[in-house]
Amino acid sequence: MGIKGMKKEEFGDNESLELLNESGSNILLTTIDDVINWGRKNSLWPLTFATSCCGIEMMAAGAPRHDFARFGMEVYRASPRQADVIVVAGTIVNKMAPVLKRLYDQMSEPKYVVAMGACAISGGPFFLNSYCVVKGVEHVIPVDVYVPGCPPRPEALLYGMLQLQRKIETETMKSRKKRNATHDSK
Amino acid sequence: MDKIQLREFIKSINPDLEIKEGKQYIEVSIPPSKLYILAKELREKEETQFDFLFCLSGVDYGQDLGVVYHLRSTKFDHVVVLKTRTTDREHPQLDSVADIWKTADFHEREVFDLLGIKFTNHPDLRRLFLDSSWGFPLRKDYVDDINIVTK
Amino acid sequence: MEEKVINITTDEQQEYVINMGPQHPSTHGVLRLVVSLKGEIVKSVQPHIGYIHRGIEKMCESITYPQIIHLTDRMDYLSAHINNEAVCLTVEKALEVEIPDRIKVIRTIMSELTRIQSHQLWWASFGMDLGGLTCFFYGLRDREKILDIFEETCGSRMIVSYNCPGGLMYDIHPNFQKRVKEFIKYFRKILPEYDQLLSGNVIFHERSKGIGKLTLEDAVSYGITGPSGRASGFSCDVRKHEPYSAYDKIKFKEILFTEGDTYHRYIARIDEIWESMNIIEQLIDNIPEGPYAVKMKPVIKLPEGEYYQRVETARGELGVFIISDGNKSPYRVKFRSPNFVNLSVLNHIAKGFKIADLVAIGGSLDLVIPDIDR
Repeated sequence: MGIKGMKKEEFGDNESLELLNESGSNILLTTIDDVINWGRKNSLWPLTFATSCCGIEMMAAGAPRHDFARFGMEVYRASPRQADVIVVAGTIVNKMAPVLKRLYDQMSEPKYVVAMGACAISGGPFFLNSYCVVKGVEHVIPVDVYVPGCPPRPEALLYGMLQLQRKIETETMKSRKKRNATHDSK
Repeated sequence: MDKIQLREFIKSINPDLEIKEGKQYIEVSIPPSKLYILAKELREKEETQFDFLFCLSGVDYGQDLGVVYHLRSTKFDHVVVLKTRTTDREHPQLDSVADIWKTADFHEREVFDLLGIKFTNHPDLRRLFLDSSWGFPLRKDYVDDINIVTK
Repeated sequence: MEEKVINITTDEQQEYVINMGPQHPSTHGVLRLVVSLKGEIVKSVQPHIGYIHRGIEKMCESITYPQIIHLTDRMDYLSAHINNEAVCLTVEKALEVEIPDRIKVIRTIMSELTRIQSHQLWWASFGMDLGGLTCFFYGLRDREKILDIFEETCGSRMIVSYNCPGGLMYDIHPNFQKRVKEFIKYFRKILPEYDQLLSGNVIFHERSKGIGKLTLEDAVSYGITGPSGRASGFSCDVRKHEPYSAYDKIKFKEILFTEGDTYHRYIARIDEIWESMNIIEQLIDNIPEGPYAVKMKPVIKLPEGEYYQRVETARGELGVFIISDGNKSPYRVKFRSPNFVNLSVLNHIAKGFKIADLVAIGGSLDLVIPDIDR
């Protein structure tokens, strides 16, 4: 019984996700929303973006033992135009930050960001005494899911991607417009 | 050659060099003007043939800036350490050994990037890791209040 | 090859500069190559690095010696155990601490497992770069078995901070010997499958024989160590020349070739995996009894002076140079990283080949970018 068989109650952080579900909408729109969300969450294609050690655990998550592809992340796309989600795996330094921003801008909507590993969340082991590490990738691009660990196990990354799938499931057309507006202003 | 023979040999090339017995290898302190000649002799002489420069490190000694060269010979398997210092902190200059050992090319660029020491006759002295407007982080008096977080 | 003389005045402007940017599937990390091409022939390759420069050497000046171990783990993360061993050996050499045999043997076995694991990942990504996606799945499938062994004993899969000055963090798990023996038995049958997939493949031979030749003189002058240097004939194995840990008690061959092209760099690594398995087999049955750590002072202070220690990582010779002034933090730490040196030769050996060969040459040099930038 893999992660796919986990019941909804066993996932942590249920309340904030239920809050995202705005109640009361047209039945036609909610059905369309459900279909669109189902299509989007089951075929998230990540961008190949790995700077350091977490990249190897991301590759291991795509390897035969902890297969990524059974959750819909079938292929890694090298071009940002063709990718849906960018998994920032590794430390971001001052020289790399403009490159990351440019990649994020080149991705087309809808796009999501997963901050993988302690370095991407807050600078990690390089927080103290380092002169050129960006202390957390959220200073550069808006983040949807944080996956802690140094490096996080492949199972932890899969759990993070499933949380992202649940977040997408609760999106409606209104919340999507609001989200895109706030993302563009950053 | 063992350490004593190496000492004698280097003294015979240049009698007024300061040669110390370090914890592991013999350490030769050279003024910057004589560095290139000694390095070339050590590379080319039949008895020593130091053809493998395995470490080039820049050091900030507080008052002076210096470079430490670790040399090894693949034929005889002996090691010597060369050290130079320059007291000029504003515009430090040293001779480049990139035409004797090609590995010095990248290493000297790194020393220039992190400490600010310029190497004359280097084929391509550009900054390596950091932008051109950054300071020299490995210096002891480098202060960066924005980026560095200390406890 | 004769060239037709075409009288075009703009012949000099025919060079085309492209950028294999920091985000690229085949550069194995954030390396930016500015490639200047004439048609499809590479004229020059300029690497731009610094996209993962975290300032580890400067950070080491403000932390204590046991804390440096956790930073060296993250430099060349595929030889994490060997990097840790280098720092521990330097500190132990400076303090003149006598290490019991049990620790030495366990450190050697873990180093060789790390080497096999690193070469498995290299093989997986090398095959993927050349287009054979199957190699990625086969290589990573078998690597998971070694990572299971690491996880049981050290607690973590890849970033193991298992060494500490004075010995090891914990003793080995009771299942360790059994699992390592099972793995060796299993992998001895699987490795010929790898050979069948790539080494015997005609397309692979065409793409790698004669490509990216590195002569012995250049290897010594550029300081290329590790399997890349040994494929050109440079006898530089630190385990043979300056044995540390338990390497002086065992017999193994140093893999040397003379041709120095991509194919022989590939074969050197595959042969190294066989040798590593031989080394483990010599040691795994006779792990001596004893303590797993020597009692050290709570605050480690090295006596004044300069200390240098070399170890053989999966990619070459790593040197740790510590200048100490007697305090609990070092005055200056310099890591002579093998990948930094191996990158400098890329421009020299890729000239005159096509751009697809550049990917093969870069893959055969086996670069891990965070080790270049530290």
